[in-house]
Amino acid sequence: MFLNSIFPDPEHAARLMDIAKTSLMPLLKGAIFYSIPLTIITFICGLFLAILTALARISHVKALQVIARIYISAVRGTPLLVQLFIIFYGLPNIGVTIDPYTSAIIGFSLNVGAYASEIIRAAILSIPKGQWEAGYSVGMSYSQVMRRIILPQAAKVSIPPLSNTFISLVKDTSLASLVLVTEMFRRAQEIASTNYEFLLVYSEAALLYWVICFFLSIIQQALEKRLDRYAS
Amino acid sequence: MISIKNLHKRFDKLEVLKGINLEVEKGKVVVVIGPSGSGKTTMLRCLNVLETPSEGNISIEGQSLDFSHTVPKKSIAAFRRLTGMVFQGYNLFPHKTALENVMEGPIIVKKEDKRLAEEKARALLNKVGLSDKVDTYPAHLSGGQQQRVGIARALAMEPEVMLFDEPTSALDPELVGEVLKVMKDLANEGMTMIVVTHEMRFAKEAADEVIFMDQGVIVERGKPDSIFTNPKEERTKRFLNMLQ
Repeated sequence: MFLNSIFPDPEHAARLMDIAKTSLMPLLKGAIFYSIPLTIITFICGLFLAILTALARISHVKALQVIARIYISAVRGTPLLVQLFIIFYGLPNIGVTIDPYTSAIIGFSLNVGAYASEIIRAAILSIPKGQWEAGYSVGMSYSQVMRRIILPQAAKVSIPPLSNTFISLVKDTSLASLVLVTEMFRRAQEIASTNYEFLLVYSEAALLYWVICFFLSIIQQALEKRLDRYAS
Repeated sequence: MISIKNLHKRFDKLEVLKGINLEVEKGKVVVVIGPSGSGKTTMLRCLNVLETPSEGNISIEGQSLDFSHTVPKKSIAAFRRLTGMVFQGYNLFPHKTALENVMEGPIIVKKEDKRLAEEKARALLNKVGLSDKVDTYPAHLSGGQQQRVGIARALAMEPEVMLFDEPTSALDPELVGEVLKVMKDLANEGMTMIVVTHEMRFAKEAADEVIFMDQGVIVERGKPDSIFTNPKEERTKRFLNMLQ
């Protein structure tokens, strides 16, 4: 009835309803089998990379610092889409062929690794110097203090900004459609190209991204609350 | 026994310690007093190498570090285990309960069995009067309680000497007493202690020796009675007068 008011032609309205219904399943499948796993795998790999990069960045070994700086600068200074194209379309020229899904995982992980490393580095540096001294004073080594005392506290500090990264990542995975990953937005493009109802199908995809991000922000709040248990 | 020989500490051009010589016998309590900027905290932090001395030699119970050349990290970590440090700002681990704070060193550094470490930690918290706070996080403890956990945490490593860096300076006046009481008990048990403090009453009641520092040197040392009632040096007199 809502559609009827916008589209006076009842047949058109019925057709739109039909398209909306039939495209929902393929879109959901794209989200469940590609977009969401891609996000999760990438985030875990990226986070791992980010911690290593942050540790390299604050280490006293000059070479590690330099490598980390170059990596961060290169990733942040080039568009994500261009990075994906280099990995998927570019590397075959030197004989390295990677399938679309793996290309996307590599590209996004490198991206998350660089951005999140700065978040983690800032979080580590935000922990008061007294915590290091207290750790050292009971005889701990640098790596013991880092692992047992500093990183757990830094984790708590970095949850809100890391959640931002995570939510951005959900949306960025739509770029994988351009390196032929059949994730949600690629499916939307395919559907729309057959029925020309771009507004309807893309809006439907947008709505699904929104729903996913909404649930993620709820999880974020729960996580923050959990990590808050020792604070005043 | 602790012995400090010709200890110097420079921060860039500023010389904070200008050749400190000090010997402390086992079981003695030494209180270090002096105006701010006198180098007393720096001296204490040099003893557990939180500050690396620029020059000099420190030895505790036969283990010694010579700072005329670079000291390897391993020997610093081993040396630190001889000392227990209590900080002005407590520096408890906020993500760990009182019990976990005390157990952390023994488990991670000494690789002690978890159950044994917990038993000892409970005994130590009981000793500092906090047996009802074992599972409480630092944020929910008062300053005095936090500092007592700090003392228990340092004791858990079974150090040869306890170092106190202005342990009551950050406390509300009504909480000072409970911390000083724990420290006095420790002194009575024969723990070797070096205490930097402004609590002259503690110095009078618990110290075997009082050391007055000013501008990076030890100006005067002696029994608390003689320092407080009959100081020999002009600078000591002036400092003690200012406190009255």
